[in-house]
Amino acid sequence: MQLKEVLDKYPQSEDYLIEILMDYQKHKMHHDLTEEELKTIAKHLDIKESRVSSVVTFYSLFSLEPKGRHVIQVCHDVPCHVNNQTAVLNTLKTMLNIDVGQTTDDEMFTLEYTSCLGACDKAPVMRIGEKTFMNLTSNKVKAIIAEYRGRKHA
Amino acid sequence: MPEQKMLTKRIGDINPLSIKDALEKGTYKQLEKALKMNRIDLIDEVEKANLRGRGGAGFPMHIKMMSTAKQESTPKYVVCNADEGEPGNFKDRYLMENDPHIILEGILIAAYATGASKGYFYIRGEYNQAISIMKWAIEEAKENGLLGTGIQGSDFDFDIEIRTGAGSYVVGEEFAMIESIEGKSGRTRVKPPFPTDEGVFGKPTLLNNVETYCNLPFIVDMGGENYSKIGTKTSTGTKLISLSGNVTNPGVYEVPFGTTVREVIEDLGGGVPNEHKIKMVQLGGACGPIIPEFMLDLQIDFERFEEFESKTGAGAIIVMDERQDLFEVLMRIVKFFQHESCGRCTPCREGHVHLEKLVHSFFKGDGNPNELYSLESLARVMHHSSLCGLGQSSPISIISSLSYFRDAFHDRMAFGGGEK
Repeated sequence: MQLKEVLDKYPQSEDYLIEILMDYQKHKMHHDLTEEELKTIAKHLDIKESRVSSVVTFYSLFSLEPKGRHVIQVCHDVPCHVNNQTAVLNTLKTMLNIDVGQTTDDEMFTLEYTSCLGACDKAPVMRIGEKTFMNLTSNKVKAIIAEYRGRKHA
Repeated sequence: MPEQKMLTKRIGDINPLSIKDALEKGTYKQLEKALKMNRIDLIDEVEKANLRGRGGAGFPMHIKMMSTAKQESTPKYVVCNADEGEPGNFKDRYLMENDPHIILEGILIAAYATGASKGYFYIRGEYNQAISIMKWAIEEAKENGLLGTGIQGSDFDFDIEIRTGAGSYVVGEEFAMIESIEGKSGRTRVKPPFPTDEGVFGKPTLLNNVETYCNLPFIVDMGGENYSKIGTKTSTGTKLISLSGNVTNPGVYEVPFGTTVREVIEDLGGGVPNEHKIKMVQLGGACGPIIPEFMLDLQIDFERFEEFESKTGAGAIIVMDERQDLFEVLMRIVKFFQHESCGRCTPCREGHVHLEKLVHSFFKGDGNPNELYSLESLARVMHHSSLCGLGQSSPISIISSLSYFRDAFHDRMAFGGGEK
C-alpha cells in the first residue's frame, strides 16, 4: 500500500499520527519506516519532523531498521519463563542460526523479544507478524518455522 | 469458594461477533434503564455500590465520575483503558474477545452519567484479535442506534473510536495514555490537574479500565446497595483473576472479593502439576509483591493488598514452583521495567539501571552486604519518589522478596556458599 493511500484514510489531524504509522508500517515488506516517509507524514499533518521522530523512537513496535519478512517475537516475561520459554527460544536460535535482535541472511526472519502478549494461560507464547502461537514446545516451534519456510518456495 | 460469574456469565453462550446474540441476552437493557435516570442519581448508585477501579490502583469510581460530571467545560471524554500490558494479566483481552458489548454498555452508562460525548477505546497494539472484535462491535452498535445521536430514542449523543497502542507499557498509566491518544510519546504529566479536570485535549476526561466499566450495567440492574453486598465490606463486587505460571488449569476466573489466593490456585486452578510444590507467588503482575507459600491464605481485597505497600493490581496470580529461581524471576522483572520506563523522572530512569546491576550481582552469586543495603534503599527511594505508578510499583517485587526471602539474598553473597 502506498503512503498516500494510508494518509487519505485518516483525518488530517496530528492525533492520528500513531494510527497512521502503525497502519503504514504493517503494509511494508520489511516492517520499517524511512526518513523520507517520516518527512512526508510530518508535512501532511503539518507537524515538525522531530515530533514524528520522537514518537517513532518512543514506541517499540516502530522500527527505523529494515527487518526480516517475518518478525518472530518471543515473550520472555515471568509466566512464559516458568513454563520453559528458554527451550523454545533456544530451538528458534538454533533453527534460524541467529541470536535475538538479528535477521537471517535470506531476510526471511527477524528474532526479537516482546513484552507480555497477554496469553499467559497458554504460555509459552510467541508472535509471528500478527499471529500468536501458544502452548509452544520445541517440536511445535520446529513445525511452525518449517511451515513458514515452505511458504517461501511456494 | 467457587467462582461467582457476573461479568463473565454470558461468555461461551454468545458469539462476540453478533450484536443480535448480545441483545437477546439482555445487553443494553441496563443502558435503557440508566438513560431514564437522573445523572446524579446514577452516580449515587455507583457510590453506594462502592465500585473501585479494576485496573490496578483501585480508585473509587464515583469520585472520578462526579468530578467529571461537575465540570462545565465541554466536550467531555470517556477513555477505556485496554492497554493491558502488565505481565501475567489477560482478563481484559478475555472480556474484549468474548463479550465486547458488555464493555460498550458500561462505557455508554458512564458517558451518560458524566455528560461525555466522545470516547476513546485504547487497546494495545499487540492485541490484534481484540482490536478487530472491538472494531466490529462498535460498527454493529452504530448500526443498531446504540452509538451516534439520540441513543435509544433519548437526547444522549455519544461516539467512540478505537486507538491502538504501539508497544509501550507505560501508556497504561492515565496521563501517558492521554498523551498517546493525542498522538504523542507516552510520557506522563505532573498531577494535578487530574484527567477529570484536564484530560484529553485539555478537556474533562473519565478514564477507567475495561473491567471497571463492565460493572456499571450490573450496578444499574441490581442497585448500588445490593451490589455492595457482593464481596467484602470494603471491597465490593467480583474480581477477574488472571491465573498463570506453574498451575494445572491456568485461565481467567471471576471470584467475589474476599476469596483467598490459595482458593484460586488450588480449588479453581487445580494446584501445581506433577507433584511440584509452590515456592512463591507473584500477585497483581510484574509490579506486585512476591509472597511465599505460607501466605497464600491472604484474601483478595484492596485493604489487605495495601499492607504490602502495593495496590491490588489488575488481579494476576503467577504461581512458581520449587524449580524456579527467585533471582532469575527478579532479573526478568527488572529488565522489563527498565525497558518500559519512559525516562521522564530520574528515580525511575536511573534507578532501574542500578537496580538491574544490583539484582544481577545476587543472580550470579556475587552479592555483598553493601549491595544488599543499596538494593533495599534504592528500591525504597524509587517506590517513594517516582512520578507515576510504573516507578512506584516496579520495586515492590524486590521489596517483598527482601521481606519474605531474605535468606535467599544471604545465600547469594560471594562468601555465603551460594546456590549457584
